[in-house]
Amino acid sequence: MASQEVLREEPSRGSFINDPKVRGIFFQAVVVVVLVAGVWWIAHNVIANLTRLHIASGFGFLKGRAGFDISESAIAYSSDSTYGRAILVGFLNTVIVAIVGIITATIIGFIVGIGRLSQNWLIRKICTVYVEVFRNIPPLLVIFFWYSGVLAVLPAPRDSINLPFGSFLNQRGFYFPRAVWGDGSWLIFVALLVGIAMAWFVARKARQRQMATGQQFPVLWTALALIVGLPLLAYALSGFPLTFDYPKQSTFNLTGGFQVRPEFLSLYLALSCYTAAFIAEIVRAGIRGVSKGQTEAAGALGLRPGSILRLVVVPQAMRIVIPPLTSQYLNLTKNSSLAIAIGYPDLTATAGTVLNQTGQAVEGVVIMMVIYLAISLLTSLVMNWFNAKMALVER
Amino acid sequence: MKQIAIGILGAATLGLMASAASAGTLDTVKAKGFIQCGVSTGLAGFSAPDDKGDWQGIDADFCRAVAAAVFGDGTKVKFTPLSAKERFTALQSGEIDILSRNTTWTINRDTALGLNFVGVTYYDGQGFMINAKKLPGVNSALQLSGAAVCVQSGTTTELNLADYFKANKMEYNPVVFEKLEEVNAAYDAGRCDVYTTDQSGLYGIRLTLGSPADHVVLPEIISKEPLGPAVRQGDDQWYHIVKWTYFALLQAEELGITKANVDEMKNSASPEIKRVLGQEADTKIGTDLGVSNDWVVNIVKATGNYGEMFERNVGSGSPLKIARGINALWTKGGLQYAPPIR
Repeated sequence: MASQEVLREEPSRGSFINDPKVRGIFFQAVVVVVLVAGVWWIAHNVIANLTRLHIASGFGFLKGRAGFDISESAIAYSSDSTYGRAILVGFLNTVIVAIVGIITATIIGFIVGIGRLSQNWLIRKICTVYVEVFRNIPPLLVIFFWYSGVLAVLPAPRDSINLPFGSFLNQRGFYFPRAVWGDGSWLIFVALLVGIAMAWFVARKARQRQMATGQQFPVLWTALALIVGLPLLAYALSGFPLTFDYPKQSTFNLTGGFQVRPEFLSLYLALSCYTAAFIAEIVRAGIRGVSKGQTEAAGALGLRPGSILRLVVVPQAMRIVIPPLTSQYLNLTKNSSLAIAIGYPDLTATAGTVLNQTGQAVEGVVIMMVIYLAISLLTSLVMNWFNAKMALVER
Repeated sequence: MKQIAIGILGAATLGLMASAASAGTLDTVKAKGFIQCGVSTGLAGFSAPDDKGDWQGIDADFCRAVAAAVFGDGTKVKFTPLSAKERFTALQSGEIDILSRNTTWTINRDTALGLNFVGVTYYDGQGFMINAKKLPGVNSALQLSGAAVCVQSGTTTELNLADYFKANKMEYNPVVFEKLEEVNAAYDAGRCDVYTTDQSGLYGIRLTLGSPADHVVLPEIISKEPLGPAVRQGDDQWYHIVKWTYFALLQAEELGITKANVDEMKNSASPEIKRVLGQEADTKIGTDLGVSNDWVVNIVKATGNYGEMFERNVGSGSPLKIARGINALWTKGGLQYAPPIR
């Protein structure tokens, strides 16, 4: 502190070498020059070595025919598709497992986190055991636990476990009937959209009325009736166009229906369970972070415990919870690259195969890094927006 | 995960080795005193560690033969186990000196990947294996439509599989793993109906399964898989040493030079045998190659000739009991043929 004050008192003492401003700019310039030179040197060497070793380079390979098949794909893909499309398939698989994983982990995490603060001894202890078990096991082991420990010991396709509604469970995954939408089924979707819109409108009106008059309106039941009832009505009116494609036994596997493969299931369950343990601790910390006086004040106003949690504690806890929650979402997305251990075709696996079939390691790794960076930045962006929205609005 | 690490390592090494790699591989190898040999993570008969942790198999022995040619000592080899996905980056980046890892020779690998294959140490073809106990009616690969097929990622096998099912208008469910052990475990656990890889591999893998007798290899061979060692492009001297080590192994078998009789053979009356073994006066065959003149003697003393290597690792002297077939010498109706050493 002392030296800074001295410098500030005498900004220029004649010699410009001693000027802190000039020095600051000088050192920043040096760092930039070193950084640029370093990057240039590495890039130059890579190019020189690739040429010397006669290794093809550039991104032209993305347009080549892939020639290999991928077990799970959200978009149309065959061995005739391009390498670029194969990487896209892997990217979408990563996004799918990350999104459903994040949703499930958040739900489990909130339930367990609130459960750890429960008055009930049994619920509290069960939630503690859950957190301690999953938080202290590496995620790869959790994935293997589900893949080799749970799903692999299920019966073979011929002896599938029959579940209700024509579903089956065997070591090749979980099969359930696939909905086949016939003619006129668009009416059902329109009805669903109308139902959601009307429910939202009713909820708004009810809120305004409660604000104005204090009278409450059964929003939940009305909304449920609108969202479920309207599509059902449309379904009946359009002549029951919905049929189901049931999974059936064939020579090797079950065919028909919709198959959720064990690779996806185990990755999804493992990532959700693992990340949920961390989210639970974040939620608990958030709730603990809301001062006890808030709860007592709300109680003094006559609110019931459920309403206290929903209206007073959770909104304030969210402000503490969201920033660390973002890190957990990013962790889950990046941990999904562990899929390679069990053969789920995520970005790392498909881009790795492309890398190997084309031999273009530098480009392959660059593509992977850029995509993961983009996913992570996008997640952060969304969570920052959400955080800003939930932040304390000062009046 | 590991192949990314190697990829990044490879990218970094490519970036940093500008000056280092301009010295020839032979000089680098001599300076460090051993050959770094890339092998599989464990394929019986080709490259797999035995109960003492020593690598055994045709591919491992080939690296010993090269070490014998270079150092006169077949033990100066260090082995790097590599998955199918890691192997080319490891060679490109200079992490290994020879890739001897049941790798198929294709034009793409010779050109775009910047490799040089030296020859074919084992002529193979891709086949299918099923559990005959669970699938009693199946006796041809053409009955496999709808099956779940286990395959290792990043291999020609994966590509041939897609081609074969497409050409025969059949559907299948690929179950793809990065490591051989993972594919083996998934097949053994019943995750897939069919295992596909090179036929020699299938016989080796069958031995490691829970009950080998239940599994049969289907008769169809759907591809040509010439397996052989490869080196980096841009170093002709090293390429020649590795290539002629392979030819020397064949030549030794053709001339009847074995591990047991190599010392006697040095005094043979045949000028050809004397020439090959470096006993000709003022011979320069070895030194021109960059090794000592008794290089063939060293090779045969270390590993035996090609026939001995084959029988010991995959043939009658091994649990695999694979017949020589097209891997016999050209003089016995096979494809193995070496240009003359003169």
